[in-house]
Amino acid sequence: MNVEKHHGGWVILLSFIFSFMLAIIPLPIWATVWRPDWVEMVLIYWCLAIPQRIGIMTAWSIGIIYDVLHNSLLGQHALFFSFIAYVSIKLHRQIRLFPLWQQAIVIFGLITITHLFNIIINTILGHPPLVVISFIYEGLTSMLLWPWLFIILRDMRRTYNVY
Amino acid sequence: MKSSLTEERTLNIRVMLFIVASLILMITDHRFGYFQTVRTHLLTLVYPIQYLVNLPLKTGQWLSMSANRRVKLLQENAKLHEENLRLKVGLQKYQHLSKENKRLRQLLHSSTRLGERVMLAEILAVELDSAKRDITINKGSKHGVFINQPVIDAQGVVGQVTQVGMFSSIVMLITDYNHQLPVQIERTGLRTVAKGMGTVNRLSLLYIPNIGLNHGIKVGDLLVTSGFGDKFAKGYPVATVIDVTPDIGKPYAQVQASPLARLEQNNEVLLVWKTNK
Repeated sequence: MNVEKHHGGWVILLSFIFSFMLAIIPLPIWATVWRPDWVEMVLIYWCLAIPQRIGIMTAWSIGIIYDVLHNSLLGQHALFFSFIAYVSIKLHRQIRLFPLWQQAIVIFGLITITHLFNIIINTILGHPPLVVISFIYEGLTSMLLWPWLFIILRDMRRTYNVY
Repeated sequence: MKSSLTEERTLNIRVMLFIVASLILMITDHRFGYFQTVRTHLLTLVYPIQYLVNLPLKTGQWLSMSANRRVKLLQENAKLHEENLRLKVGLQKYQHLSKENKRLRQLLHSSTRLGERVMLAEILAVELDSAKRDITINKGSKHGVFINQPVIDAQGVVGQVTQVGMFSSIVMLITDYNHQLPVQIERTGLRTVAKGMGTVNRLSLLYIPNIGLNHGIKVGDLLVTSGFGDKFAKGYPVATVIDVTPDIGKPYAQVQASPLARLEQNNEVLLVWKTNK
């Protein structure tokens, strides 16, 4: 692998750090169930945009870091993130061609599935959720914010020539 | 062009590999504590992110404090001075009692209680898994924090440390669903276990038999740590009983208590070390 092949890694790193920060910023209690899943959205974007670079391995490592930040079981989010990366890389040719609103629906599906599994695992571990259907709320806000995030990240990618 | 078929196959193999790895990791992390050191290092690694999130809040607090008018500060100072005096008077009496207690215990040849050292820790304004009741504090292994260390505040028991990083640690509150604390009723000495319910400010007391309910426990009773389990020293206030309902279908009654510590509004907590004084 030569150096010229990749470019602009710091943009990717920065976007992930920023999404981590947004994921742990304290919100009022009523708003916590509506928190969009920033990390998953950023991950999906990079998987769609540069699947030759951001793969399942990156997704898994990001998931481990997120597990530590979130104080969940080591591997819990790593599992979801690997799954998300797999689906988005496998379908990246189709999803890229979708109009933004259609992409947003795919995002909703992916995020809702992972949050449902998250709730199932937490319940097995003895942490029943306070609001049972909260996994739909998180998917909904993520869906609404996806177009804006997509445009911002695409502009960043083009300006700093990330590939 | 590389054939997309082989590309797809490597992708499939990879995802299977990582999913299996995650599952194994989750099971080992849940069942055994092998990854304690790994987590310590990773928690140290993510501390900058926690620090950055916490920073604007701290700056805001500092700004509002420096913008406070002098008169207000003077008033506050006077109030604190008065409170300090009052506490000192109370402490004089306490010191006398403590000496007497020690002397009596020596007469009875029973061991004296261990001393304690405390350290103030700030709660970081970062959010964790909302299904659990955990908080992050800004002290870690660098300051001597250890796993299962008791955490209290001015009112009562807060919880215990479950993860330690170098500069920050995670504390499980006593209201967490997986937290159990051996306690006793201060008035009657009845021993029980206070279990968290996963909701805000509620504890349920286990193993209190229906029989003899009316003289063992009543609403308003104070619960203190019983010193069993060896993590908490004896005698820290924990909660007050708010509801006692005999459950005819089961051998044990349903008893609920409300924690004394201000678990949800605290900015600062105290870490406790035992010392052989």
